[in-house]
Amino acid sequence: MAGLMRRLAPQLVALAALVGLVTAFYPAFLDLSFGGGRLSGPLVDVLKRAAPVALLATGMTLVIATRGIDLSVGAIMAICGAVAATAITAGWGLPAALLLALGAGAAAGLWNGVLVAVLGIQPFVATLILMTMGRGIAQLITEGRIMTFTDAGFAWIGSGTALGLPVPAWLWIATAAAFALVLRRTALGMLVEATGINRRASGLAGVNATVLLVAVYVAAGLCAALAGLVVTADIRGADANNAGLWLELDAILAVVIGGNSLLGGRFSIAASVIGALIIQTITIGIRLAGFPSEYNLIIKAVLVLVILVLQSPRLAPEWQFWRDSLRAARNRPADGKGAAK
Amino acid sequence: MNIRALPLYVTIAIFLLAYLVCWTQFPAMLSTRVIGNLLTDNAYLGIVAVGMTLVILSGGIDLSVGSVIAFSGVFIAVVLRDSTLHPLAVFAMLLALTTAFGAAMGFLIDRLAMPAFIVTLAGMFLARGAAYMLSIDSVPVVHPFFDWLEGLYWLMPGKGRLRLIGVVMLLAFAAGIVVAHKTRFGTSVLALGGGEATARLMGVRQGRTTVLVYAFSGLMAGLSGIVFTIYTGSGYSLATVGTELTAIAAVVIGGTLLTGGAGYMFGTFIGVMTMGLIQTYIVFDGSLSSWWTKIVVGVLLLAFILLQKGLVKLSQDRLAAGAGR
Amino acid sequence: MLLTIRSLTKTFPGTKALDAVDFDLAAGEVHALLGENGAGKSTLIKCLTGAYRRDGGAITLEGAGIDPQSTVEAQELGIGTVYQEVNLLPNLTVAQNLMFGREPRRWGLIRNRAMRAQARAMLRDYGLSLDVDRDLGSYSVAIQQIVAIARAVALSGKVLILDEPTASLDAAEVRMVFDVVRGLRARGLGIVFVSHFLDQVFDLSDRVTVLRNGRRVATERTRDLDRVALIEHMLGRELEAATQEPAARRGPRPPMLRFAGMGRRGAVQPFDMQVGQGEVLGLAGLLGSGRTETAELLFGLKPAQTGRARDQGGALDLSTPRAAIAAGFGLAPEDRKTDGIVADLTIRENIVLGLQARRGWARPIARAEQNRLAEDYIRRLDIRTTGREKRVGELSGGNQQKVVLARWLAMNPRFLILDEPTRGIDVGAHAEILRLIHDLTAQGMALLVISSEIDELIAVSDRVIVLRDRRHVAELAGEDIAPARIMQAIAATGPAPAAAAQGAA
Repeated sequence: MAGLMRRLAPQLVALAALVGLVTAFYPAFLDLSFGGGRLSGPLVDVLKRAAPVALLATGMTLVIATRGIDLSVGAIMAICGAVAATAITAGWGLPAALLLALGAGAAAGLWNGVLVAVLGIQPFVATLILMTMGRGIAQLITEGRIMTFTDAGFAWIGSGTALGLPVPAWLWIATAAAFALVLRRTALGMLVEATGINRRASGLAGVNATVLLVAVYVAAGLCAALAGLVVTADIRGADANNAGLWLELDAILAVVIGGNSLLGGRFSIAASVIGALIIQTITIGIRLAGFPSEYNLIIKAVLVLVILVLQSPRLAPEWQFWRDSLRAARNRPADGKGAAK
Repeated sequence: MNIRALPLYVTIAIFLLAYLVCWTQFPAMLSTRVIGNLLTDNAYLGIVAVGMTLVILSGGIDLSVGSVIAFSGVFIAVVLRDSTLHPLAVFAMLLALTTAFGAAMGFLIDRLAMPAFIVTLAGMFLARGAAYMLSIDSVPVVHPFFDWLEGLYWLMPGKGRLRLIGVVMLLAFAAGIVVAHKTRFGTSVLALGGGEATARLMGVRQGRTTVLVYAFSGLMAGLSGIVFTIYTGSGYSLATVGTELTAIAAVVIGGTLLTGGAGYMFGTFIGVMTMGLIQTYIVFDGSLSSWWTKIVVGVLLLAFILLQKGLVKLSQDRLAAGAGR
Repeated sequence: MLLTIRSLTKTFPGTKALDAVDFDLAAGEVHALLGENGAGKSTLIKCLTGAYRRDGGAITLEGAGIDPQSTVEAQELGIGTVYQEVNLLPNLTVAQNLMFGREPRRWGLIRNRAMRAQARAMLRDYGLSLDVDRDLGSYSVAIQQIVAIARAVALSGKVLILDEPTASLDAAEVRMVFDVVRGLRARGLGIVFVSHFLDQVFDLSDRVTVLRNGRRVATERTRDLDRVALIEHMLGRELEAATQEPAARRGPRPPMLRFAGMGRRGAVQPFDMQVGQGEVLGLAGLLGSGRTETAELLFGLKPAQTGRARDQGGALDLSTPRAAIAAGFGLAPEDRKTDGIVADLTIRENIVLGLQARRGWARPIARAEQNRLAEDYIRRLDIRTTGREKRVGELSGGNQQKVVLARWLAMNPRFLILDEPTRGIDVGAHAEILRLIHDLTAQGMALLVISSEIDELIAVSDRVIVLRDRRHVAELAGEDIAPARIMQAIAATGPAPAAAAQGAA
């Protein structure tokens, strides 16, 4: 537990500092009220609106842990939203619609996984194909319209309330927790990390890296399907053009803000979803604090740059040097005393 | 025949075949009018694809170009609205700015030794954000010089109009061909894409080359922004979202290896024209929906990536067989 | 002398890669540099070509001291290098590769026609007539090597270093490259020739220098040299007394595994092999003789194209590492860093990785059990660490090797292949690993030990199989397991280099 807290400390401190900053500009940010069986307030809004990126970031964390990247998750969101909305309007019922959407997400993930793990195409290149094609497929399903629906059950996923909190918030918390639990309670987490760090050595030790890689992309596809359901249910319509547009980039950003290395290996899903919360707090905070929302992208750009500098393999020795000299500086007063004697 | 040139021939064959199919269905498509429009409508894409080709040849990627085009449009429109500068002066300022922007990204990629796509992702956010800061709304460009530029064309036989921006694209491709295939810099770019370690052993100055490659891409994105502004007559910060993807697709469909080191600038031109042709066909047909463009482009992308993968494997197998003989 | 090196020293953290090495080279001479992996050949060459900075010693070229800081600078001084692989770019044309950085230009633009003409003229000196507009990658490796030599000579022109240039060539191609090298010798170049093919060394070189463990052990004229003596120089007899006494050879053991006609094109000729319970088989041979290839084949890494493997129960599937592991095989590979350890995982995780992979992801090993396993092996193998949660990447080479061994021991395989188990390990750890090998066989585990050190093989093996030119050429047992016999078997001049060609087929 102490190890987990140490791992999450930078992200939690950053989130707390951000919340503090926003509160300084907009004191009502921390207001919470309870009425009509649900909690409401800006913080609850952050939890709700973070859902798509947090869901995507959960799957993306695994993909990045294997040294991969999945650019297609935004497009998969659009496909799954389109599938669900079409099934609902066709009158097939909610369970069928949800299952079909999740199936579409898994199929899309399988496609990516096979290209990457079996055909050996670079993840960036392989997932670019579906990124380009996916919205076309989604439009094909909805026949180019924004497919609206009135099914109250489906809409509940996007805008309903359960146990006082918005359903999307529960959904991402539950998904992230379930993933983290499965990965850490079984050996999957370690096997994924081993494959990401050294696929060859892992394979020689008997790890079935190919199947593992495919599974990771399928998981990312499933997470994207859930995110697509949330977005579609929220606006009560499938918008093939705009659902999940550029969210893959936010998801990657959330993962790297979570301190996960783009070069694969050790990962933390908790840190990634905190990264998603950080992004959402910035977005909502900027609006509430009265700044133009245009600042949003600039801040994201600066964030990426800072993280790049922190992760750069070329600068790693420099950081080590500074850490060492800091430590030396801290020890020096003691030495000074010794010399005085 | 060089195995490396095979994708180029496939590209050309696909384009000719597609044009043949179009022509048998709609004879009107084989007219200078259609060809003129093909050049005009795809001018901004073609120019940005020239820069993207060089970046991809070097083994990199530039995700920022779509945002840079939008920024260019807003920059031109806002500066012309708020000052009395001549458009040509504004163009010069803009090109200097976008070139420096590209160079800065190249510098970071080299110095931080981080993947190009994440560095240029930051550039994408930054350029788009800068465009938002200048103006959120679409800003019309009102200037007599602009109207004159827009009206410039050469009437081809058959009443087709070859507009200025089409000519600019053709010139950009000519420049791209010279830079990529006729200079030491171009050879260095190919060398880097073929293998960084070997390229360094052979004396390629990696840092300098990387900076120049992204600076060139920035320059082309700026030029594309100018052309796009002339084409639409306004600057809008939400324009050309996703153009980087279209450009990458055009480069790959043009037969360039997405992992770098092999490809031809001319192939990219054919790739851009192929994508334009698909759209023109859909317009001519009238009953087909626009999303088919994305799907067909995606299928072509897949086909070329698999073709390239197959070729790489083939040559490796041949080498292995040669070693075992 | 054209080039003189005096007491060259280079130290890396933990090892002295070069220890006061002397070397010289005359104009018009081919001087072969020999040694097993880790002997210091490549370090010496990298110091010469500016890839490494030396820590001590002097290098003089034509009487003037030099200190190249980069390969480009070394080239300008006159020292050119051709490596086994990465030399030129297969995605550029022959002409572009030859003329890279020196292309004839007019107004900044490359004059393609002039470039092609110059490239053709350069190749004519080597008796080659190629379409210089084709990609270099479309030509055979031999042609690529000659093009690389042509470029290196054109750029430098005094000293040419050939670093295993023939490793992936067949006999006819080797002759072609050698003709080129002889031509250059006649033109007065000094040539350093690194190779592990003895026949080629005897065929081409005028003098031989042997390095071992970073020290020069001999420099002699090739024609005064005896093959057995040369091999003795290379393999050496350096083990500490503690491990020197030969193992008490045990008689025939109950049979466990039978391999019949196992082979793979370009890797190793079909061979038969039998392994008994608790038996230690040693694989002897020079670098490139097919030792590692045999291990990779048995473990399904580069699976056999011919032949069968059986045990008492029937046929075994060895088509992938996972299948081999299921059959009870294990492989501790030669290259620990890329094939063995997972550097960013902890010692505990590295040790349980194999076991966990075999159990499947859904049946995790309880943390307490993991800790127990890790602590157990850290103690048993004496892994020097501050704790089981330390990153393996932070350990020394010997301790990393022990972690890889621990991973396999935890899986309790019946047949464990150890490829160079003691490479780059300090003397203390060395003796411990040999002791461990002894203990394992007592428990019935069969071992295949690959080693460049003959004394090590003699110390542990019940039988020794000798490889030469990718072929199993001899099997020694009992009294025959002696340095002289092994070296004779390695040195025996078969119908090489034709055999090398066939062996690779």
